[in-house]
Amino acid sequence: MDQQTFYLEALVYLSAAVLLVPVAKKAGLGSILGYILAGVLIGPAALNLVTEKGSDVMHVAEFGVVMMLFVIGLELEPSLLWKLRKSIVGMGGLQILLTIFAIAGIAVLLGNNVKLSLAIGMIVASSSTAIVLQTLQEKGYFKTEAGQGSFSVLLFQDIAVIPMLAILPLLSPMSGRSHPGHNNWVLQQPGWLQTLIMLGTVAAIFFAGRYLVRPFLRIVASSQVREVFTATTLLLVVGITLLMTQVGLSPALGAFLAGVVLANSEFRHELKSDIEPFKGLLLGLFFIAVGITINFRLIVNLPWLVFGLVAGIMAVKALVLFCVGRLFRLNLDQNLFFSLALCQVGEFAFVLLSFSRQENIIPANTTDLLMASVAISMALTPLLFLLYEKVIQRRFGVTEPGDRKADAIPEKNPVIIAGFGDFGNTVGRFLKAHDIGTTILDIDSDRVDFLRKIGFKVYYGDASRRDLLEAAGADEALVILITIDDPQKRLEMIETIKKHFPRLKILVRTRSRNDAYDQMNAGMLNIYRETLDAALRMGIDTMKMLGFRTYSSFRAAQTFRSYDEKALKKLSAIRDQKQYINTSREFIEELEKIIQSDRSMRSLAIEKGWEEEGLIRESPGD
Amino acid sequence: MARILVLFAHPTLEKSRVHSQLIRQIPIQQNITFHDLYETYPDFHIDIDREQQLLLSHDIIIFQHPLYWYSGPPIIKQWLDLVLEHGWAYGANGTALTGKVTMQAVTSGGSFDSYNPGGKHKQKLPEYLAPFENTVKICNMDYWPPFVVHGTHRISDTDIQLHATQFKQMLLSLAADRISAAERAGCFYMNDLFPIPSTIQS
Repeated sequence: MDQQTFYLEALVYLSAAVLLVPVAKKAGLGSILGYILAGVLIGPAALNLVTEKGSDVMHVAEFGVVMMLFVIGLELEPSLLWKLRKSIVGMGGLQILLTIFAIAGIAVLLGNNVKLSLAIGMIVASSSTAIVLQTLQEKGYFKTEAGQGSFSVLLFQDIAVIPMLAILPLLSPMSGRSHPGHNNWVLQQPGWLQTLIMLGTVAAIFFAGRYLVRPFLRIVASSQVREVFTATTLLLVVGITLLMTQVGLSPALGAFLAGVVLANSEFRHELKSDIEPFKGLLLGLFFIAVGITINFRLIVNLPWLVFGLVAGIMAVKALVLFCVGRLFRLNLDQNLFFSLALCQVGEFAFVLLSFSRQENIIPANTTDLLMASVAISMALTPLLFLLYEKVIQRRFGVTEPGDRKADAIPEKNPVIIAGFGDFGNTVGRFLKAHDIGTTILDIDSDRVDFLRKIGFKVYYGDASRRDLLEAAGADEALVILITIDDPQKRLEMIETIKKHFPRLKILVRTRSRNDAYDQMNAGMLNIYRETLDAALRMGIDTMKMLGFRTYSSFRAAQTFRSYDEKALKKLSAIRDQKQYINTSREFIEELEKIIQSDRSMRSLAIEKGWEEEGLIRESPGD
Repeated sequence: MARILVLFAHPTLEKSRVHSQLIRQIPIQQNITFHDLYETYPDFHIDIDREQQLLLSHDIIIFQHPLYWYSGPPIIKQWLDLVLEHGWAYGANGTALTGKVTMQAVTSGGSFDSYNPGGKHKQKLPEYLAPFENTVKICNMDYWPPFVVHGTHRISDTDIQLHATQFKQMLLSLAADRISAAERAGCFYMNDLFPIPSTIQS
């Protein structure tokens, strides 16, 4: 491909995505369907604008799936896994096995051979993580029992893809012969050595992740150059992919393992938010390629077969899910939701299908048929959610979204502290002493490292970034404390939070009066001037040393404090009307104003109620 | 319609059994203001101007608090000391509160019978409230009989609910001026006007 065509292709892909994805999201179809529709639009079925074959593009875009598994691995904190262990293994395992056998059984009855039938069963067993999780979160079903069940099943499916990728080649009619595309030195070794090498590689990833990558990331992070950190993240994933292909294992498995190993590290959020845009774009490209490869001629020629297949697969999957839900004691309405939510075939089917086609496990015309069916089943999912809300929930619905078993959810921390320097750590320690759960974000990797060692839950990253805040649970937290040093960054954070997490209450630290004004203009109500309380305590002690009674000095400081807070608000309003040019002149002018108005303050002396002069004057002289 | 101000003082409301239920029953309506002193002034730094304005804009002031050592929690005393200023609330020119009414809604661990010459506390409960009563009278206000819940250490949840309902009935009646002077004069506690089974009162 020469440069000109490359740019042209890029233009076509990007503009199709940019045009169709927002439209699809608006229409409630979700971004994945948007990408698929974009693919259909530019593919041979409609405008026919692409010269590359969809399957070639898909090959490149599969790297996005590797990244997706890396991210899934990063999200699998061992503690979260442990809490959900029963439903993950029980519900998820049962769903996968029953679905595979049900579908494969039907396929055999329809006259296919056993190997092909099993392959088809595996391919359609998984559901769409991307579509379902996004919908659960958007509609607030995530915390219901059905939502938790769906999450567990999806998690298990994500993990199950890895053994599936390993088993699928065994189902190939040509199995036993090494694939020409994977001709490398490992596969030429005897079987026992191959196994040893593979196990060794997995162990190596664990050890490298724990003892090499983390210190390395620390060094990179301390260089404070953002893009180098991003480059390191990419390097990590590319390196693993290459290593795994060399030893003949799935790169997705390697990436997943690396993700799990790094899930407990302080760089979890940062790694995730660095890889996220690449993952998103490549997955987008992947779905576009799916759209391009949908064989519309097939659908037009055999509409009954295609739609029959879709209906059949979805019905079988829903039935299996319903039985699993029944077994795990979901209410009827929850169970119906659970069954409908997961009965589509997921994006992994595309990966498995293209893999199966390359490996000649499934004949090309069957893959075409299945590709089309999978895409249609995904397109139907938003419609099923609508069906549930409009019809089923009305009739059976007794459970409000939000109802859930108390221990079913790994609870997110209610407080996020951004910046854990002297200021932040004082608040943090205070809250921790009262067992208030806090998630801490900090940009200083040395400090993060140290604080983690002494048992704080601290993450490394730039807290003004939306994706990092999201990763830290800003959607579910109640309060965020902005305690970072940099006033500019604080304002950026305020903007980001107000825009993307409007429900989150913001408490913000301020140094100077100027910062305070800026923050007031940004709509902040809870502003904490770091100098105010310390300065007043100094004032109290000064008065004490000069012979004033301690309590009187203390009361005077209290009065001054509430007066000063009020004065700040008043002056902020005045200041807004006047543009200052010279900041130092501004400071002096303002100080003058403040000192002038200090004189009008309610007497700093003793409270009138404790004053006896009036009483003495009125008392009858005896 | 009388405008009612409930000045509430409880340093550990989260642990309270009786007061937490009483305040739940305070009707939410235009002419009843609930003012939580410990929540507003954790540092005891009472905003005198604001408190005086509140007094001026209400007709009946109810101090609601538990009894600690025969008196209110310290913020009540702080409030009295600072807000009822000489020359404003009392003294030659202190007439701001003239004609208003004050009463107390208190809880006590001791039973009704223990507040008796023969009992542990030696005197009737209203006699312990004498300093409040006189303070109120010096400020040119009427002092009405208190609303009392006795025996709060051992009281059952049902009895708490009955008292809470009684409290609500009293507030509604006060707000609607439904209690005659004769009825008021005839009662020992304000509770007597809204009777509940007598076994509970002991």
